[in-house]
Amino acid sequence: MKAVTNFFGGFGRTVLHVIEKMGDATMYGVSTVALFFVPPWQGQHFIRQMYALGVGSMVIIIITGAFTGMVLALQGYHMLVKVGTESLLGPAVALSIIRELGPVLAALMFVGRAGSSITAEIGIMRVTEQMDSLEMMAVNPRSRVLLTRIIASALSLPLLVAIFDVVGLFAGYVIGVEMLGVNGGVYMGETIDKIDMVDISVGVTKSIYFGFLIGVICTFMGYRATATTEGVAKATTQAVMICSVMVLILDYIITSFYL
Amino acid sequence: MNEYRKIEVIVGVFVLIGVMSISWLALKLGQVGGLGQDGYELVAIFEDAGGVREGSDIMLAGVSIGQVKSVVLRNNKEAEMHFQINNGVKLATDATVAIRTKGLIGEKFVRVNQGFEEDYLAAGDEFEDTESAINIEDLISKYIFSGDAK
Repeated sequence: MKAVTNFFGGFGRTVLHVIEKMGDATMYGVSTVALFFVPPWQGQHFIRQMYALGVGSMVIIIITGAFTGMVLALQGYHMLVKVGTESLLGPAVALSIIRELGPVLAALMFVGRAGSSITAEIGIMRVTEQMDSLEMMAVNPRSRVLLTRIIASALSLPLLVAIFDVVGLFAGYVIGVEMLGVNGGVYMGETIDKIDMVDISVGVTKSIYFGFLIGVICTFMGYRATATTEGVAKATTQAVMICSVMVLILDYIITSFYL
Repeated sequence: MNEYRKIEVIVGVFVLIGVMSISWLALKLGQVGGLGQDGYELVAIFEDAGGVREGSDIMLAGVSIGQVKSVVLRNNKEAEMHFQINNGVKLATDATVAIRTKGLIGEKFVRVNQGFEEDYLAAGDEFEDTESAINIEDLISKYIFSGDAK
């Protein structure tokens, strides 16, 4: 009897804990984003965050995009050439990148590069009581430290995804046309023909949601981290894990809405 | 402040590159903003639309001259198609249209055969003669039954 209650009790406790965390995160997200409408606006800090998160992630995004496009073209070509439809290589590469791989891979790289640094930075600010000292100086740490990062993340990820898409398409073109010998005109023509505005808007919509989600989760995890070295380390790992899983889940949900 | 100014400039460049990428995708691939949308409209009535849809190509001599704008049912028996023909393309009043397939199992398109009349079709005009899609099942059944008759 004891073992049974222990088992179900433990299970229930975990579920309640998760629900509590989710509620806390939602409340936190709403109240922080609401600060957007409260002056003073932290324009300078926002620009600094755009630099740290957006510009800082550009190199890794370009590398990921280039190799994604290249491998898609290479793999796609060897599959399509078996049925003699290598003219569809362009649309195959472009559709996969614009609709799915661009937003998801860029978001995952962004989580690794920028999301983890957000959580760690805010966590350490908590450990060293910088948040409290900001408050002492009558500066709202939520609007200066947290909100700027959330907005910078939500704005810079769509831009990064667009760069990822363009680099990926270009790399796919180079491999498909220059290396594998697909006709360049056919490649571009079929791509332009098969890609609709819907595909592009799906990709952009996804990236805005992902960016916002990553910003909220990573700042939340840092803000609520236990104020110890260990706590920050744990929060950072968890933030990256939760963001990655949430990106994949949200990706499925948004895709299913658009089909 | 000097260092901040540098950051500002770099962020500006970053945002510009991102926005340019999005607009390139939208304009070049998405064909948004009504680029290539201008032209005039023609109407054709088919017995059988045979799989032509909104957005299907309209070809004259193998060159794309427009797109199908809409396919609707008329009088509960025929298909009425509205074509968006590019400006500058002139079709004689006795031009005919036929539904064809790209390759053996490819997508359907509308083929226009130029006519010989001196006058040209104006916006909103209807094609005189149309030829519906060739249905492979119909062909096969015709072949089978003609074989029976012998």
